[in-house]
Amino acid sequence: MENYSLTKEMQSFNEIEFTYDSQKRKSPALEELFSIIRYRDLIYQLIRRDIVSRYKRSILGVLWTMLQPLGMMLVMNIVFSKLFGRVEGYTAYLLSGLVAWSFFSQTTTSAIHQIVWGGALMRRIYLPLTAFSVSSSGTGVVNLFLSLLPLFLIVLITHRPITWAILFLPIPVLLLTAFALGIGLMLSTFAIRFPDIKEMYQIIIQAWMYLTPILYPEDIIPESYRHWVLYLNPMYYLIKMFRSLIYDGVLPSLNIIIIGSVIALGTLLIGWIYFSSRMDEFAYIA
Amino acid sequence: MLILHKVYNSFVMKPVIILEKISVRYRAPEARIRTFKEYIIQLLRRKVRFKEFRALSNVDLRVDEGEIFGIIGRNGAGKSTLLKVVSRVLMPTEGRVRLRGRVSPLLELGAGFHPELTGRENVLLNGTLLGHSRREVESRLMEIIEFSEIDAFIDSPLRTYSSGMVARLGFSIATTWKPEILILDEILSVGDEAFRAKCEIRMARFRDEGTSTLLVAHDMITIGKLCSRVMWLDHGEVKAVGLAKEIVDLYRASQRAKKKV
Repeated sequence: MENYSLTKEMQSFNEIEFTYDSQKRKSPALEELFSIIRYRDLIYQLIRRDIVSRYKRSILGVLWTMLQPLGMMLVMNIVFSKLFGRVEGYTAYLLSGLVAWSFFSQTTTSAIHQIVWGGALMRRIYLPLTAFSVSSSGTGVVNLFLSLLPLFLIVLITHRPITWAILFLPIPVLLLTAFALGIGLMLSTFAIRFPDIKEMYQIIIQAWMYLTPILYPEDIIPESYRHWVLYLNPMYYLIKMFRSLIYDGVLPSLNIIIIGSVIALGTLLIGWIYFSSRMDEFAYIA
Repeated sequence: MLILHKVYNSFVMKPVIILEKISVRYRAPEARIRTFKEYIIQLLRRKVRFKEFRALSNVDLRVDEGEIFGIIGRNGAGKSTLLKVVSRVLMPTEGRVRLRGRVSPLLELGAGFHPELTGRENVLLNGTLLGHSRREVESRLMEIIEFSEIDAFIDSPLRTYSSGMVARLGFSIATTWKPEILILDEILSVGDEAFRAKCEIRMARFRDEGTSTLLVAHDMITIGKLCSRVMWLDHGEVKAVGLAKEIVDLYRASQRAKKKV
């Protein structure tokens, strides 16, 4: 049997180049960022898996991504057009808000599901744990771009002005993605400790949607409440930005752009740092 | 021979894995609190008591280049926890981990497989899961399919595969690239005799090319046949480390003694 006094022996290994040393770690947030860049092909595969597996056994396949928002719009249009019919091109107004909102709600919900699904995986193999939230956002963006097709169609049918402003659409999409990723990272950190978050979030997101001017115009909210209901709601700025490009055909005001960007990028930063600071605990809990 | 081995060891052998004073402690709430509401209530009452569970305490380990190192012990001795620490899945509560090179874990085959995707699509997914680029996986695709012996079904969804086929595909993906560190947890018990022989040949080739293997098995014959050195874990502590034959004999003796009592 060997006498296992390692400490002395170890000192002679200090000149050997190790590729990993648990004592020489940079900041977890930065390390995670480098790691996710190294694993970019995995993100692509995870997104592909999400999209392919979702529709593999259905006949209409990817077409569902376009039919889903259209169907939802149709239902809401029937219900609410009597109430808000005075809004010009209400169908386009509704669908533009709905597309942006479902992107947000689907991405954040799927981030929670992914980390729970990934629990089995991350106990077996090393991978950057942000991959689950990042790939959820990626899947969301692909679906969002697919649902832009029916949106353009509705915008054309309802004679909304299509201007060069539409070329700026990637900017609110990027900001929405950043915001959804930030929220998704925070939520999945909670969800690992408290699986109930999944259920709770479904209620929160429902309430949040009705508090955001998606199916109603923002001017129906009384002046005195606007401060609370609109200006403190991050999604208000992001949806307004998205909508003004595609529905109004103009650039949003500078105010909206600045506030929206600060909120979106700030949320992403906080979410990323928070997630990475808690990452090491996941394997102990999940 | 033994002296030669030791001399060779001290001069040429380079460590690939070094664990120093590794402890892993789980803090499990005494009564399992799973809901947020309960947690808040308990927290307000200051009643969240934690029971500490030591999965590993003060474990030192050194594995050199080209070594097949075995880990034995009874269920719950901390074998799998140790493998998780080495594969960087689990950050130890205390201690230092140093690794040289890429770790390829084969803890449970096909953990990342998706039943609706075809075998081919799953190869791409799992290859990138191991940290390879898509191009790297694509260039080795034929080799992976060939080794796994499922060419005819490679474009069928994975849910139609038998468990043996899934295991073969998993092993094939994980061992197509020569890793610096290979981690095997009880996987040699899957597959038929012929495939197992193929796996052992591949492991031997890796060893000759300098790959270090960390192997957990309950089958002492496998351990004795493959490993150069062995660590015996008991209740999270190192009971003994040394040449495979010595430790296996010790372990067997203690098991027999226990059975008699």
